[in-house]
Amino acid sequence: MKEIVINPITRLEGHGKITIFLNDEGDVDEAYFQVPELRGFEKFCEGRRAEDLPIITPRICGVCPVAHHMASAKALDAAFNVEPPEPAKKLRELMYCGYFIYDHTLHFYYLGGPDFVVGPDAPPEKRNVLGVIEKAGLEIGKEVIKHRAYGQKITEILGGKATHPVSACIPGGFARPISEEERREIERMVRSCLEFAKFSLKLFDDIVLKNTAYVNLIKSEAYTLKTYYMGLVDKNNKVNFYDGNVRVVDPNGREFVKFSPKEYLDVIEERVEPWTYVKLPYLKKVGWKGFVDGPENGVYRVGPLGRLNAADGMATPLAQAEYERMYATLGGKPVHNTLAYHWARLIELLYAAERALELVTDPEITSRNVRNKPGKPGEGVGIVEAARGTLIHHYQLDENALAKKVNLIVATTHNVPGICMSIRDAAKALIKKGKVTDGILNMVEMAFRAYDPCFACATHFAIGRMPLEVEIYDSQKRLIQTIKR
Amino acid sequence: MEKPQKLKFAFYWAASCGGCEIAVLDINEKILDVIAKANIVFWPVAMDIKYKDVEAMPNKSIDVCFFNGAIRNSEQEHMAKLLRQKAKVLVAFGSCACDGSVVGLGNLWNREKIFERAYFETPSTRNPERITPQTSFKAPQGELELPEFYDTVKTLAQTVDVDYFLPGCPPPVPRVIDALDAILSGKLPPKGANLLFNKSVCDECPREKKERKITQVKRIYEINDDFKTCFLDQGVICMGPATRGGCGAQCLKANVPCTGCGGPAPRVADQGAAMISAFASIAVDPKVIEQVVDPVGTFYKYSLANSILRRRVIRE
Repeated sequence: MKEIVINPITRLEGHGKITIFLNDEGDVDEAYFQVPELRGFEKFCEGRRAEDLPIITPRICGVCPVAHHMASAKALDAAFNVEPPEPAKKLRELMYCGYFIYDHTLHFYYLGGPDFVVGPDAPPEKRNVLGVIEKAGLEIGKEVIKHRAYGQKITEILGGKATHPVSACIPGGFARPISEEERREIERMVRSCLEFAKFSLKLFDDIVLKNTAYVNLIKSEAYTLKTYYMGLVDKNNKVNFYDGNVRVVDPNGREFVKFSPKEYLDVIEERVEPWTYVKLPYLKKVGWKGFVDGPENGVYRVGPLGRLNAADGMATPLAQAEYERMYATLGGKPVHNTLAYHWARLIELLYAAERALELVTDPEITSRNVRNKPGKPGEGVGIVEAARGTLIHHYQLDENALAKKVNLIVATTHNVPGICMSIRDAAKALIKKGKVTDGILNMVEMAFRAYDPCFACATHFAIGRMPLEVEIYDSQKRLIQTIKR
Repeated sequence: MEKPQKLKFAFYWAASCGGCEIAVLDINEKILDVIAKANIVFWPVAMDIKYKDVEAMPNKSIDVCFFNGAIRNSEQEHMAKLLRQKAKVLVAFGSCACDGSVVGLGNLWNREKIFERAYFETPSTRNPERITPQTSFKAPQGELELPEFYDTVKTLAQTVDVDYFLPGCPPPVPRVIDALDAILSGKLPPKGANLLFNKSVCDECPREKKERKITQVKRIYEINDDFKTCFLDQGVICMGPATRGGCGAQCLKANVPCTGCGGPAPRVADQGAAMISAFASIAVDPKVIEQVVDPVGTFYKYSLANSILRRRVIRE
């Protein structure tokens, strides 16, 4: 039997390893996706002061710290039984939109996008953000750098720091009201981000959707999984990143369950496997049937495509029009094509910019009324949508407002069963008779880059030069083939 | 074509969150200056290159390796030793590599306790067979390996020899730019130097000190902050006096006390001890400090693994 190991999987945030086993015919027998790391936040958060949890938990992930900061803030609101005043909620959500702008831009242009924009068969030294710039033009490259930076700057103004913000650490409030001058600066950046989001969708149109080969790749069986989908929705069942109830739809797109944050344990269960440090969640009422798709198995997916599938639409007009266009193009709801995550991500980028503009032009946004008095400490669950999917923080506090117990289910973790299957399916479809080429391995990696997986989370620019080298061993562990790209 | 005189840089992450990588991306268009003068030969977050390629590099062929993250498992220890061998200059980049950061709070427990919480006890976990991840597992198709999770988190300097330290969680972007400028112009300070500022966070803080004596310790959500008085004057613990500056007191400007991510202030060996002593000097009675509800998490949030305490001794 042959074994192929890809370690580390590059261009994703966090660590990951793929091991592919071939059978005697040289076809894929099984592929394992392993997360080789654990840090143990659920243990060492015990005993910490409540107000330190929104400071400590963002360190789970430096790519999406704002998501952890906000889930933590909302868990504390619930635990202290306090609602922040409206202006504080709006400031939090504005910061949250800034985070989505930065994160989705980072993924589309720096991490996952190169596969599409430059092309899956392009040489590795071109498959990076510089390759994107080369193909799209230097002026556009500067726009990419500028708008990712704008997203970070919005978080920095509101959160104190862009990476590991601090201002929502106060239950029932926000530490940092903004001045009219700061509001104007944010509005200027948001307007520019809105134009950039429209441009990004047009770029996707021109480079991807007008290329039949790419559209066929998106629609191909190797990149299709028929699973359940999960995402946060507002009262009209529209996508919401910051607040609302969680909705799950079945593989036919029908509502399976809708639940409030404090009910999450009725819906989600996690299992442990001996070959990976990450846990595998599934829908409790459907159960775990292994790495298979379909309505009989409780595997569900989250993140941009999961959210769009789980909702009835977008709450802003331009994003809604793009939402309708995506489903019309890909054959109606739900879309099961994993590579459509990229398209869904850009539609959300547009929504984030439109929503940020609504918030930053809200007359209340400069109010100094940003804090309500917390009640007595108790138990609370906070749920937000991180860029990569539903994020759950659950705290039990003691009478001194110290954390007694902490449970976290982070965005990428929900997608791990789906990622494992997507990698296996891509490997099975693409690797035949022991034929493993550079382009094929990249297409296996593409299966999971679509999810924008962040394994810094799950464990609690790009200047490519060096080739990927894959070694294939036979059953006696003798090196029989080396492939370089 | 590559010009031979270009410097070779490597970036690596061990037990960390990826925020240090983002701090590098946050230098924005400055990255174009960096790649004009240096080739990045290894950076897993952003480019397609694998461990085998690093192993094949000649010793000392990387000019500068920026290493972020603490040492929590065997793979991270291996990579630290490998990159030490391959790099002329090794920079401990960020709070995890320098002081252990919040990951180091894991030293209050051990592997068994951490696994117990993560894999058995959490209320969403269903694991009746009490399975835990194994360093070696025989799957039907072959053997799968995982790195070994250690009982104790170590800093980079507790693992290999380190040339420079750039703490912060993450290191402040202007200080990342300063460090890159110093490297690119060949003007690095003597070995062992800390690349943040030689002053404390208090020196950069805009809040007014009123030199009040503390009678009662308060929590941030218990005060009516006026947005301008020193937090310590208001009875709220702020790590500013014991913490190295260079961040521009960003958290204070967002009306949140310093939690200490810059590590020990200049000439301070133990950050927590320094803060406790600073606090004692401003309290009406040293006993006031007993009101602090989580002293380890408050005073050693980022530096436990690098402190005189290092870890809790666990006896069964």
